Amino acid sequence: MSTTVRDPAALLRLGWTLVALVLLWPLLRLTDFHPAALFEAGNLTAMGNFLAGFLPPETSPDFLSLLGKATVETLAMATAGIALSILLAVPLGLVLTRSLSIARLGPGRRGWIGQSLRAVARALLAVLRGVPELVWALLFVRVFGLGAAAGVLALGITYGGMLGKVYGEILESTDARPARALLEAGSGRLAALCYGLLPNAASELVSYTVYRWECAVRASVVMGFVGAGGLGQLMDQSMKMLNGGEAASILVTFLVLVVAADGLSELLRRRLA
Amino acid sequence: MGFSLEGVGLTHANGFRALRGVDLRIAAGERVALIGASGAGKTTLLRVLAASLRPGEGRVKLLDGEPWVCAPAALRRLRARIGLVHQSPPIPPRQRVVTAVLAGRLGQWPLWKSLASLVLPVDPDGARQALARLDLAERLYERCDRLSGGQLQRVALARVLYQQPDLLLADEPVSAMDPALSELTISLLNEEATRRGVTLVASLHAVDLALRHFPRVVGVKDGTILFDLPAAQVSDALLRELYAAEGGLPLVGGLRAPEPAETAGELPPLRCA
Repeated sequence: MSTTVRDPAALLRLGWTLVALVLLWPLLRLTDFHPAALFEAGNLTAMGNFLAGFLPPETSPDFLSLLGKATVETLAMATAGIALSILLAVPLGLVLTRSLSIARLGPGRRGWIGQSLRAVARALLAVLRGVPELVWALLFVRVFGLGAAAGVLALGITYGGMLGKVYGEILESTDARPARALLEAGSGRLAALCYGLLPNAASELVSYTVYRWECAVRASVVMGFVGAGGLGQLMDQSMKMLNGGEAASILVTFLVLVVAADGLSELLRRRLA
Repeated sequence: MGFSLEGVGLTHANGFRALRGVDLRIAAGERVALIGASGAGKTTLLRVLAASLRPGEGRVKLLDGEPWVCAPAALRRLRARIGLVHQSPPIPPRQRVVTAVLAGRLGQWPLWKSLASLVLPVDPDGARQALARLDLAERLYERCDRLSGGQLQRVALARVLYQQPDLLLADEPVSAMDPALSELTISLLNEEATRRGVTLVASLHAVDLALRHFPRVVGVKDGTILFDLPAAQVSDALLRELYAAEGGLPLVGGLRAPEPAETAGELPPLRCA
């Protein structure tokens, strides 16, 4: 056996895989993860009874008109929240992107200014998304009272933190050479972004944004807690009154919205490809 | 208006010493070819001249400024006057040819003009003229991923022609072109530099191209300048020393190559032992 052609990284990879598995085991124990319990006879009937309560979905015209109104409200909140989060995420994401740094060319002098700016932006984004949207919502309810405003603001802030981080990372992992060549020819940062990075990154940025919009639609369940109306509040009421049929109709609506968001994302990606 | 390097040394981040003690003074309007084996430091030297790499030692004067001493705004203006043709064209594949060419003037345009040009190209005629000189005028609105390697290289050249820089630098600008096209392209670069009275420095892998088209030839070996002579005084002995590690002179075909000229497709420069 020849030892000269052995992959020097193989042993390391095996080691890390073992470490990951060893770490995973106590975590599963800690969460009382016993998948077999799912299939025990008593548990199956219990789940079956619970799910049977959801059938058939409620289709009375009264409820459907209520559902339609709630859907529009939810879409409005999700869209407003995402619009707000984009306003936050774009500048912060751009600050994070090292490939748009002019001081890194060379490297030039005063690179520490950009470095500290990036650290501040990174910390800010961590705070924005580190606090769950429900906590932000409870905070803003004290300012705006119960209603959509608190929910939209909470969504905008949390999702702004997520979008900003991911925008920065997508731009970082895009081929940096076109933008760098433009910066080296005296172009400004924004022009280098639009001519050098966006052609390669646009479809990924758009698809992540649409995915986050989809998440915001689902997160509107949280809005129910702060009385923001929409599907979340409707869901809250139906669950409290143990009306499974209504809950099922609401779930079907969520499913339709998710599929629609997927279609939109696919359409935009194809336009940008 | 030319440039001068005094005792320039540069060590890359990975510890590779790419340049040491390089002294080079080139007057405005001179046309100089850089030749040398691969890895000799030609690209690094050109990037120092493009104000995109800061040497660890020595002094750099470009045009009428010192890039690593002047203020950031002045450095940006200086960079906008330097045009570097990269070895692998730094153009996003999804970009249209017209946008890729117009990007040459991002350093001169205000931001609003750069952004407006993404919506509707502000100077398609200018881009078309630059492309026409490289026989690519009819590809103006095509996407760059539809082009061959040699065509893309010509688009990158058109971008720098459109930039109209005062210092024209080219890093193996014909590496993806066939011999006939290489000749035409190098002639075009020389013609452009002569017509506008600007300085031209081009690194070339094919020695015969360099000797035929450039009045002054600089041989780079192991990060230092081996010779700096008028083309007529470059002797075979010097060339053999320059390419000692490569085991033969790289030629584009014609001058010393006895084989029938290769004309098919986009070939790298032929190498003759």
